[in-house]
Amino acid sequence: MWDYTDKVKEFFKNPRNVGEIENPDAVGEVGSIICGDALKLTLRIDKKTEKIIDAKFKTFGCASAIASSSALTEIIKGMTLADASKVTNQDIADYLGGLPEEKMHCSVMGMEALEAAIANYRGAPIKKEMVGEEKIICKCFSVTDQKIIRAIKENNLKTVDEVTHYTKAGGGCGKCKPEIQKLLNEFWEKEETKVIAHKEEPRKKKLTNLERISLIKETMEREIRPQLKADGGDVELVDVDRNKVYVKFLGVCLGCPSAGVTLKELVEAKLREFIDSEIEVEEVKG
Amino acid sequence: MRVVYLDNNATSAVAPEVFEAMKPYLTEEYGNPSSMHTFGGKIRKNIDSARASVASLLGANDINEIIFTSCGTESDNTAIIGTLRSYPDKKHVITTKVEHPAVLSLCKYLETQGYRITYLDVNSDGLLDLNELKSAIDYDTALISIMHANNETGVLFPIEEIAEIARLRGVVYHTDAVQSVGKINLDMKKIPVDLLSLSGHKLHAPKGVAALYVRKGTRFSPFLIGGHQEQGRRGGTENVASIVGLGTACELARKNIIEENARVKNLRDKLENGILEKISNVRVNGDKEKRLPNTTNIGFEFIEGESILLKLDEKGIAASSGSACTSGSLMPSHVLRAMGIPFTFIQGSIRFSLSRYNREEDIDYTLEHLPSIIKLLRSISPYGK
Repeated sequence: MWDYTDKVKEFFKNPRNVGEIENPDAVGEVGSIICGDALKLTLRIDKKTEKIIDAKFKTFGCASAIASSSALTEIIKGMTLADASKVTNQDIADYLGGLPEEKMHCSVMGMEALEAAIANYRGAPIKKEMVGEEKIICKCFSVTDQKIIRAIKENNLKTVDEVTHYTKAGGGCGKCKPEIQKLLNEFWEKEETKVIAHKEEPRKKKLTNLERISLIKETMEREIRPQLKADGGDVELVDVDRNKVYVKFLGVCLGCPSAGVTLKELVEAKLREFIDSEIEVEEVKG
Repeated sequence: MRVVYLDNNATSAVAPEVFEAMKPYLTEEYGNPSSMHTFGGKIRKNIDSARASVASLLGANDINEIIFTSCGTESDNTAIIGTLRSYPDKKHVITTKVEHPAVLSLCKYLETQGYRITYLDVNSDGLLDLNELKSAIDYDTALISIMHANNETGVLFPIEEIAEIARLRGVVYHTDAVQSVGKINLDMKKIPVDLLSLSGHKLHAPKGVAALYVRKGTRFSPFLIGGHQEQGRRGGTENVASIVGLGTACELARKNIIEENARVKNLRDKLENGILEKISNVRVNGDKEKRLPNTTNIGFEFIEGESILLKLDEKGIAASSGSACTSGSLMPSHVLRAMGIPFTFIQGSIRFSLSRYNREEDIDYTLEHLPSIIKLLRSISPYGK
């Protein structure tokens, strides 16, 4: 049983602004029946002032999806498009007194429909089309890297589970979880360098050889092997020689065409992240 | 508020007779049946008479073929792990894609432990192709675990035929019969299954008690290792009151099973037919003939299950759904997906499961409110007509 706030329950029970505006000035459609929720937002906009005079929604989804859609229409009515474009999924969730973490994607859907509608008013098609550089990460729910990165940024997400709660990515077969982790790592590494650029580069404590090797071992156990094992692969530590780390792939990683990518982007990236940016990882074969 | 409980496959009401039978063991008769003194030791005979009731409901040959456990999941785990421990050289298990998580999640885990698992497909009616089962059996197969009645759709698998196939090929056969025991007749003298799981709270006994039937001559290794209870096959002090309750519930079930198959089935059919008549764009999920008498799983197109459940809840009607939002994950029911039911119906699937405590008024009340709920939600849905 979901723990919904009274306001979510009230907006589900008596949703405001259900329906479709006839001859609307803007339409935004997001989601699909396969994904489990979908929203069609129609707007009446005053051409002179660019104010949203009326907003109506139709939603396929659970109680929180219906409540989020309804809350969205209440929030944006009377706003100018410029103000409405600043509305975030957090605003929708806050308006409802919060949503269960697992249901945050409902508020994200509201925000996306609003963006699609505003873009539609400016001449874009009703359904948002993928931009050339976007890449689908989660095939089960058709979630792109851009959407994931944006959710990470706007909601300060740190873990794959959080990304799933906000975007659904990773919530189906789960095969894209390593890719989501990679996006998280890339995003937060960039953020860290931004912060560090302003400060003196902190000096890392010099490790003894023994400390260094056990730290490498620990990091592999904690950060790297579980991810590979989840896909039926594995990796073992063969040797360490100063900054060179020698590893051996096992299981399905053996002979996997993307083992090279895994070596650099997972094994090496993790060891650099946790131990030393100078580390280089090499694969030992046979 | 009025409560119309149509979620009996999730759990069922404790029968008043069961509760009465249990009371002494929660109050003055608190002894430990393993004790040497009379105060405790005399309770042993109450456990054995409960064992006899369970054995009798199943048509078991010997009361010692019944082991009491704590829940259906423990019975399933005991059957599967116990068998695999008894055949340490065999590393293959055959099951289906539509099992309860008590079996399915364990099989997924076994895959990480070096076991090979065959997950048999079902067709769009939720039925198995037994030729697939036959061809999946090989020299390495330790166990076949195929459920009797599906918890979501009520669809029945032909356990008698499966058991015959298993026996001919010399493979142990376990069936999770948690949903069917007490609802339809099961006779272990006629059905040669080796292991069968049942659970108390699905047949009007309390939660926290269950049983595993182990046919005499079946290799067995305990799952919970501890004391000598249950002839050393399941350690742990007996849950006396609940075991007595399960015994009473099995006795009641044996007496009521004909009623269950006639009156409850009539109510279920009335509900199902009423829905099909009054509401458009609906479908019954699962074979309508080979099915439990108490269950119907209905897909309402264009709307989402959680919304339907919450609207029913406002009217005091309790049911459950296979939609993504209610499954605890983002993917809808693995059973309905395995059947290849269109997503437009899966997301709006509702399971109604009845019991002998339902009355005709419950069905009338549900049929009175459901059409307007569906209509309202379809008016909110962008796909609605």
